[in-house]
Parts: sequence; structure tokens; C-alpha cells
Amino acid sequence: MQQTRSVEVGTGLFVLLGMGALFFLTTQTTGGDDFTAEETFTVEARFENIGSLRNRAPVAMSGVTIGRVTNIRFDPVTLEAVVNFVIDSQFDQIPDDSDASILTSGILGSQYIGLQAGGSDTYFEDGSEVLFTQSAIVLENLIGKFLVNAGSKDD
Amino acid sequence: MTGILRDIYYNSVEFVRTFGAFQLFFLRILRHSPAILLGRFGLVVKQVFESGALSLVIIMISGLFVGGVLGLQGYSNLARFNAEDAVGVFAAFGLVKELGPVITALLFAGRAGTALASEIGLMKATDQLSAMEMMAVNPVPRVLVPRFLGGVIAMPLLAAIFSMVGLLGTHLVAVELLGVDVGAFWQQMQITVDIKDINEGIFKSLVFGVAASLIAVWEGYNSIPTAEGVGRATTRTVVITAIAVLVFDFMITAVML
Repeated sequence: MQQTRSVEVGTGLFVLLGMGALFFLTTQTTGGDDFTAEETFTVEARFENIGSLRNRAPVAMSGVTIGRVTNIRFDPVTLEAVVNFVIDSQFDQIPDDSDASILTSGILGSQYIGLQAGGSDTYFEDGSEVLFTQSAIVLENLIGKFLVNAGSKDD
Repeated sequence: MTGILRDIYYNSVEFVRTFGAFQLFFLRILRHSPAILLGRFGLVVKQVFESGALSLVIIMISGLFVGGVLGLQGYSNLARFNAEDAVGVFAAFGLVKELGPVITALLFAGRAGTALASEIGLMKATDQLSAMEMMAVNPVPRVLVPRFLGGVIAMPLLAAIFSMVGLLGTHLVAVELLGVDVGAFWQQMQITVDIKDINEGIFKSLVFGVAASLIAVWEGYNSIPTAEGVGRATTRTVVITAIAVLVFDFMITAVML
């Protein structure tokens, strides 16, 4: 009897430790997904260049994540990138002339969409389109421009 | 010349036959599994203890040191790009997706697989399995299935523990020893690692658990009932499990990436 009891206690401890490890892995090593909204609305934005923006990238306003990119596609007619993102429904008072720009967190960090509040009295709702957008800054283009400027100064 | 050809032919047929017998054996084990899982769960618990709880020491010590090595290697290589902060990401991906499941499976084969194979082999050599059959007890559900299920349950848990202890080892080396910022270490990891990566690791360890336990049980059950035969079965368990785990790892990674 004592034998089975210690086996059972040992097994229980082992399984608990294993479950604890799984819990640790799922909560402590991931957890980057801090956006969990039950109700959302979708907004569309068109960019000339989205850089390396990816699906599920955060949408932030004043640095706080309020939404997430859900779909990125290329419009063959206007030759622009069309980005759909969802915003938590509790933020239903974002002026619809707010502008969206693609920003980078840190120097080599991942890219996200930053919303800058506008002054309109009407707000973004499901299906709205962002009117003012600013493309991602591509490092190569920036270096290219810098080199051209530096070259023209020498003349 | 014809002798060699005949040998090759005979050996190939024998290989295919063994492979087929192995599949049938797997099906036989699976067929008895639900009944044992529901009806004789106590037997399974005992095997989870034997192959899981008793493997904890080797798994945790190995995990700590593997994680520590990842910390050292990751730091010294990433420091060349001034990206020491990414050592957490590096270690987390390495441990959760590859090293955790694979090394755990190899250690599991060495610690628990050999024990299973030799135990069953010795039962066979000492006619315990025949005695059971004489008493109208089928040794497959009574002896083999609980050992198989115990291993399958224990493996994912062991791999998770390995990864967790490994990450703590990396933390110790990178943060406490080499001075990487603790916030950057964990935050970069949390941003980059996705729940999908954890699931891939769990799936891998589950597959490896099935493979390792099945091979151990098969080798023990089919061992030649002599002292030498049991010894050979133990060796084959480790060799075949190691090959199977590494091949499966490649295939799963190729499919999932």
C-alpha cells in the first residue's frame, strides 16, 4: 500500500510539473499577443509601400495596441498595397481623418501601424477607409537619397 | 555470386516483413489502448511513474546545461552583430522546436526505453509472458499497452520540462552571468515566439513519444529469450529510436515550416 501511494504521489508531482512547464512555455515565452478583443471592426488603409509589415502586426495609437492587421493584399488596378486591420470596438471614437503610418519598433524591430488622431467629428466604423497614409520608410531608399544628396553637394 | 544475390533478396524481404510486422504490432497496441486507458488506468499511472517521473533528474540536469550552452553560444555569436538581446529568442526557438523534443527523446530512449525493452525481454526469457498466456491473460494489453501509453503520456511532459529548465539555464548564463538585460531577454522572446511554435514542439514530442515507446516495447517483446538476446534488444532500442527520432524530426520540420 505504501508502495503504490509513493508511486501515485510521484506520478502526480511529475504530471503537475509537466503541466506547469507547458503553462510556463505557453504564457511566458509567447504572450506577445496582448490584443484580445471580443468585438472588433475592420478598417482599410492603402499604402504605397508597406515595407515588411506582416499579418497580425499590431495597430497602435499613442503607443498602445488597439488592433491588429488581418489581411494584406495588392490591388492590381491602383497598384497599391491594401491593408485591412481590426480595431477593438470599445475604441469607437477615433476621428475618421486620422492618419495611418507604418512605423518600426526599435531600429531593427518589427513593423506596426501607428494611428495619429485627426480632428474630425465623425469616427471610424466598420468598413471605413483611412484617407491619409504614410508608407513605410525603407532603409535602402533612405540611404539612396542620402547618397544622391551627398553626391550633389560635391558638385 | 548467386549466393550474394540470394542473401540480398532474402534480407530485403526480411526487412519488409519486419517492417510490416511492426505496423501490425502498432495496430494491435492501439486496438487495446482505449480499454486499458479506461479500465486499468492504475497500470498506466505506474508506467508514467517508471518512465516519466524517474527520468526527471536526467532530463532536468541535461536541460539546464543545454540551455546554458545555448546562452553561451548564442551570446558570443550574436554579440558580433550587437544583437545579444536576441539570445532569448535564439534559445527559445532552439529549445521549444528542436532541442527540447529531440534530446528528450534520445535521453528517454536511453533512460526509459532500455528499461522497458530489457524488462519485457527478461519477462519473456523467464517465461513470465508464457505463464500469463497459460492463465488466459493476454500479455499484450496487460504488459505492453500500459508501458506504451505510459511513455506516450510522459514524453510531451518531459520535453516541456526540458524546454522550461533549458530556458532557465539560458537565463542564468545570459542574464546573470553575461549581463544581457533581463527585460529585453524575455520581451523579445515573447514578441517573436508564437503559440504555433509551442504546438509544433508538443506535436513533435508526442510523435517521438509514440516512436520511442513503441520501439522499446517491440524490441523487448521480440527479443531472443536469452541473456544475449535481451542485451541485443536493449542496444537495438537505443539505435533504432535515435534514427527514427532524427528522421521524423526532419520530416515534421520540413512539413511544418
